[in-house]
Amino acid sequence: MNKYENDITHIRQMMERSSTFISLSGLSGVGAGLVALVGCLLTFYILGEHQIDYFDGKPNYYSYEVIMQLAAVAIATLIFAIASGIYFTVQKSKKLGYPLWSSATRNTVNAASVPLVIGGLFCIIVTWHHLFYLVAPCMLIFYGLALVSAAKYTHKDIFWLGLLQLVLGILAAIFVGYGLIFWGIGFGILHIIYGILIHQKYK
Amino acid sequence: MKDIDISNINKDFESRVRLGIMSILMVNEWITFTDVKQMLELSDGNLASHTTALENKKYIDVRKAFVGRKPETSYRATTEGKLSFQKHIEALAALIGKG
Repeated sequence: MNKYENDITHIRQMMERSSTFISLSGLSGVGAGLVALVGCLLTFYILGEHQIDYFDGKPNYYSYEVIMQLAAVAIATLIFAIASGIYFTVQKSKKLGYPLWSSATRNTVNAASVPLVIGGLFCIIVTWHHLFYLVAPCMLIFYGLALVSAAKYTHKDIFWLGLLQLVLGILAAIFVGYGLIFWGIGFGILHIIYGILIHQKYK
Repeated sequence: MKDIDISNINKDFESRVRLGIMSILMVNEWITFTDVKQMLELSDGNLASHTTALENKKYIDVRKAFVGRKPETSYRATTEGKLSFQKHIEALAALIGKG
């Protein structure tokens, strides 16, 4: 009987391993979340330095200098967040002994990339129109859609994280002045909470 | 000992490697030779002999394409392959359940 049980276990493992991107590490989320919070604080600091009241929720014409500083913070945040995301996931993949770049990984990346690329372009266009107060809600919404669509190929918890980001995005679009706060909650705090949950669950 | 339906246990799927190949193909549409090889931690020759056997039994389809200049072989389970493997899984489950 033991052989049959082993066979069933083997079948289950192979099905899961081949269709799910299980190397995605919770620590990646924690890392990205911390980076996002730092980015958020820097943004508040820059806006404060230039005596800009982000919370008035009006279309502002920021000076060239402010836009460049904010763009630098945004790009640095993105790079560090992605770097920490990749680093911890590579570590986990090594620990599990699974190939990192499998068809499941590709599926996950492909599913997320369409909303992310379109969302990124859309955010740049929004910035170009000087609708700065819409950048945060747009980022949350497109990122939420990316997570919901990628969740099919990785931990199912990602689906709920995506839904929460979408809710925050919608709220941020309603309460336009508080975009940065919602952004900090979504990209910072939710990432950290979900990161810890996923890390505990899939040790 | 009750008479367990052994007839659904499919000899074609008895080897570990074939079990692995079919499991992967049950949940993936077209998957490359390299991916299967990595997932099952096999040598080229070992995997190739088993895929050929499964192909001859019409359990899997093979597609050869070029990615740039490199040839790439991909596999997909046929409907017949999926049905047969499903039966095999059910037979295994039944054996465990009654064992």
